[in-house]
Amino acid sequence: MVSPKIFGNVLSGRCKRNQQTHFRQIRADIALNIRNPDDYVRETKLDIQRVPRNYDPSLHPFEVPREYTRALNATKLERVFAKPFLASLDGHRDGVNCMAKHPKSLSTMLSGSCDGELKVWNLTKRECVRTLQAHEGFVRGMVVRFCGTSFFTVGDDKTIKQWKMETPGYGEEEEPLNTILGKSVFTSIDHHQKEGVFVTCGQQVDIWDEQRSSPIRSFSWGVDSFSCVRFNPVETELLASCASDRSIVLYDMREATPLKKVIMNMRSNTLCWNPMEAYNFTCSNEDYNLYTYDMRYLDKPFTVHMDHVSAVLDVDYSPTGKEFVSASFDKTIRIFPKDSGHSREVYHTKRMQHVISIKWSSDNKYILSASDEMNIRLWKANAAEKLGLLAPREKAAVNYSQKLKEKFQHHPQIRRISHHRHLPKSIYSQTKELRVMKEARRRKERNVRKHSKPGSMPVVTEKEKHVVTVVK
Amino acid sequence: EAIKHCAPITPSALIKTKKQLKNLQHNQSTLETPLTRKETEKIQREVAFEKTSKEVSRWQSVVLQNQKAEQLVFPLNQEPSGPKRIEHVVAGWKAQTPLEQEIFSLLRMNKQPLHDPVLTPTEEASLRAMSLEEAKIRRAELQKTRVLQSYYEAKAKRGKKIKSKKYHRVQKKVMRKEYLKQFDEMVKTDPAAALEELKKMELSRMKERMSLKHQNSGKWAKSKAIMAKYDDGARKAMQKQLEVNKDLTQKLVIPADEDEEDEEESAETLPDFVNDVEPILDQVNPWMRGKLSTEPMMEESNRLDPPVWPREVGKPGEGQDEQEEDEEQMEETEEESLLRGFEERRKLRQTEDYNSFSIQTPDGKKAEILEISDYDEEAVEISDDDEEAGLSNFTSLFHGLVNHMEPPADQPKAGPGLRQGESPALLEEGLVRVRTLEDVELLSQDISTSDTALLTTQILGTEETDTQSATQQADKKRKKMIDPNEVLTKEAKVIEMPLAPTAVEDVEDKEEQRVIIKEAFAGDDVVSDFLKDKRKQEEAGRPKVIDLTLPGWGEWGGLGLQPSRSKRKRFRVKVAPPPPRQDQKLPNIIIAEKRDSSIAAHQVCQLPFPFEKPIQFERTIRSPVGRTWNTQNAVQKITAPKVVTQLGAIIEPIAREDLIKDNRQAVTGPSINLESDQGPQKKRRSQQKKQHKRKKN
Repeated sequence: MVSPKIFGNVLSGRCKRNQQTHFRQIRADIALNIRNPDDYVRETKLDIQRVPRNYDPSLHPFEVPREYTRALNATKLERVFAKPFLASLDGHRDGVNCMAKHPKSLSTMLSGSCDGELKVWNLTKRECVRTLQAHEGFVRGMVVRFCGTSFFTVGDDKTIKQWKMETPGYGEEEEPLNTILGKSVFTSIDHHQKEGVFVTCGQQVDIWDEQRSSPIRSFSWGVDSFSCVRFNPVETELLASCASDRSIVLYDMREATPLKKVIMNMRSNTLCWNPMEAYNFTCSNEDYNLYTYDMRYLDKPFTVHMDHVSAVLDVDYSPTGKEFVSASFDKTIRIFPKDSGHSREVYHTKRMQHVISIKWSSDNKYILSASDEMNIRLWKANAAEKLGLLAPREKAAVNYSQKLKEKFQHHPQIRRISHHRHLPKSIYSQTKELRVMKEARRRKERNVRKHSKPGSMPVVTEKEKHVVTVVK
Repeated sequence: EAIKHCAPITPSALIKTKKQLKNLQHNQSTLETPLTRKETEKIQREVAFEKTSKEVSRWQSVVLQNQKAEQLVFPLNQEPSGPKRIEHVVAGWKAQTPLEQEIFSLLRMNKQPLHDPVLTPTEEASLRAMSLEEAKIRRAELQKTRVLQSYYEAKAKRGKKIKSKKYHRVQKKVMRKEYLKQFDEMVKTDPAAALEELKKMELSRMKERMSLKHQNSGKWAKSKAIMAKYDDGARKAMQKQLEVNKDLTQKLVIPADEDEEDEEESAETLPDFVNDVEPILDQVNPWMRGKLSTEPMMEESNRLDPPVWPREVGKPGEGQDEQEEDEEQMEETEEESLLRGFEERRKLRQTEDYNSFSIQTPDGKKAEILEISDYDEEAVEISDDDEEAGLSNFTSLFHGLVNHMEPPADQPKAGPGLRQGESPALLEEGLVRVRTLEDVELLSQDISTSDTALLTTQILGTEETDTQSATQQADKKRKKMIDPNEVLTKEAKVIEMPLAPTAVEDVEDKEEQRVIIKEAFAGDDVVSDFLKDKRKQEEAGRPKVIDLTLPGWGEWGGLGLQPSRSKRKRFRVKVAPPPPRQDQKLPNIIIAEKRDSSIAAHQVCQLPFPFEKPIQFERTIRSPVGRTWNTQNAVQKITAPKVVTQLGAIIEPIAREDLIKDNRQAVTGPSINLESDQGPQKKRRSQQKKQHKRKKN
């Protein structure tokens, strides 16, 4: 018998004019079942080799066990390759207090420290490209203007300063473009998404026009100080702020008064709006939890995110709006799916102290954390992801293994492996302690309910527990 | 002066103004004090909040759409990749060669665009009027409506051609029902229109009355009248019709008239239902027939609205029309549904009367316990065949029961980890740091060992509970048929468990139930069924001898030739007997031993959250994903990731323009699915390929 490949070669090797006759001759000589060469010969050498395949299920038995094994292997490999820590950026001489993303450049990042120093980093080279003494005392907050040409900083010295993004040339002095002297300390700053308007908070929430030296509008609602204010990135006229009286206040820039506020059991440190869902925001709270609210229904958060064992200091959404990352006083970073009550990932390092500020890079790939011990750390958002360009086959393999993991995620062994995380002993024991405390509280509540008049002790859900009131 | 200008003062006007002045003087009430600043601010805030929340709610559809989307590609607004036109890339390009100049002069003459605007003004205008996507959607919509219309027309034509009276009657009935539903809604929403409808109904009722139907004057009624002397059923049917007549002749008050018409129609059909007789197969055990005997049926029928007549009572009548036969079939379906309902209820009751439960051990091992002592006396010897049938019937029922029982047994298992309003932790955090593949493997072994430990304790526990003597067991082996009284002594320990209430029933019902159940199981030998079942399971668990002899090896083979005995002996493999059954010493218990502990470590022990039935979950697992089983395109489609991001692209927050666009899409049609998303890319790729080829050539 002549194999089809040889047959194909014969066909292509002969000259064209007597191809037909030759074809017939072969046919006469050897009784072959002749196939159409189009089915197995590629058009150019750049095409993929055609491999005919029989998909008859009886030829490929045990599909579930085989896929299960593949899924198990994929999960194991994922855990083995989970190395999220990429780099540490050092250079600050005091704890890093705040960070800012560049809206136009992925490789640029700004950080401000507790001694008033500000550094601009190049992330691809992992080095500091510019250092300037921005304030006396802490740099409390900073934000890059939407165009990326300048940035604003606020500090403990009661000033708002605007700086050029460009490094000053040789001989030029490092000077702010603008300086506004305020009456009190500003604690946070945020810029409008499209217009030359920014907002600061301190003793009240002020909205500033870039061209003026006095605020165009100030909001105060019986609160003495605010810790954080953020513009809504989608509905750009909306604002939300965290106040020290344990409340979160909503504003509309176009209105004369604030909109609404919700008072919680403990103080919220920061909040972040979901960049893909206009009405959702998440706040990081002192009571170790994060709360995701729908701004239209403030009477209870629609998800309570627990897992941290100390106050949560900062939160930032992934640009896809599917997940967010939180930084905590317990020296860990956790990544939460936006609608899950528990984290999918926890990052920690021996040397990382209290994490003060956190940012999710705007290409959805990296996480930056700034901590007390003067370092900024760069993490992968997906711990086991391979960085860089992937070949199409690699991509297909990754997708397939991802799908398999998802398919078999409920199987106990796979679940156990994929969910295992190492924790430092202190945090582990604290988690345990918290669990015991919670269980005890629950038991007590149950007992009290059992021994009191039916109906006198209504069941309060976890979501309702943390909200004190909504003030209209 | 102004007054003079406006109008001449008439005495009446003067009086009027005087009066007004007087009123003003008398009226001494002051103006209301303005609201305090606090209150006004509160009102302002509320108004502002309402406004903004309404504004923000516009995003709802977009957010939901994104949540449901099979795949999201970020950044959201991407410019189409691929080759661009030269006019876009090169800014200051000029025609230099004579050929180019000639071409451009031609273009200019024909008013074709040269540089930046690639499209002619008219083309642009048409594009602005409707984008390609929109046009596609619109066209698809139009096509769909056209097709639907044609379908509808064809259907209507077909329907019109059908001559069957029954078909039209059913159709009419359906229409009537729909109409009633609409009417009910209308009563709520638009009472005025409902009143109109009511009037129409009244008119139709009058027409019906005037038609002199239901007067017992028809052909059928006359035949019935002859029968009525001897036949109880016929008499009843006639009475029924008279009642309907009475109803019709009364003036209607409530809008439930249509309903009564329905009933009248069914009443008309009832007599022929009475007419036919079904041969009684088994007088002793009506339950085996799958139909119920008279008594419980009557009770049921009293309770339920449409009266169902016992079959045995009726005799074949003379006035059997074809049309009536048709209707009878319809009646039968009703009856079947009734029967089904009855059977279900009976199943529920059984759970109580039989005290049978399944114990769900923490490890999932199922112990099915059945207390049969109540029915000892009723055990009757029945022929083998009957027994077999009864057995299967019984087992199926029993499985049904077990299925009923399982969910409540499962729930507490899921309980301890979960708290109300909380989801289980996603991560299992521990002090163990996993560094290598071996560590990972150790992790998985970890659970399997814990699982087996659980299992062993479980077995010990069950052994403790068994109190039966082994002597009875020996008896059992010798005899093929055992008198249940010998095996099932009264001392048999019955494990009592709190039974979750399966159905809420009245106290009065219980008596009835007992009667019904006694009646239903009258000819049923439950005990022997159970024993048979148990023996069957034991048989199934016993290892079978495997015969590996191949004919023709080492000797002659062919048609009708048996391999030699020595060879058969040599290749017969005996399997070691399995460990003794757990229910070996428990005569009234069957412990299912299907679960394999070595596999159990890999199996899912409780239904994961979004699934409601095990079948759904199993279905997701069963369908393979990989390339081995699916074509490449299918694999690509199945394994497409939910979120796709581009390397090094900045993802901007969603913009207001997206909202407007998405809203428009939501109005016109659903979002584009994956296929069409991939489509253009593929096309582009193939184009590139072709270009490549051309270059080579």
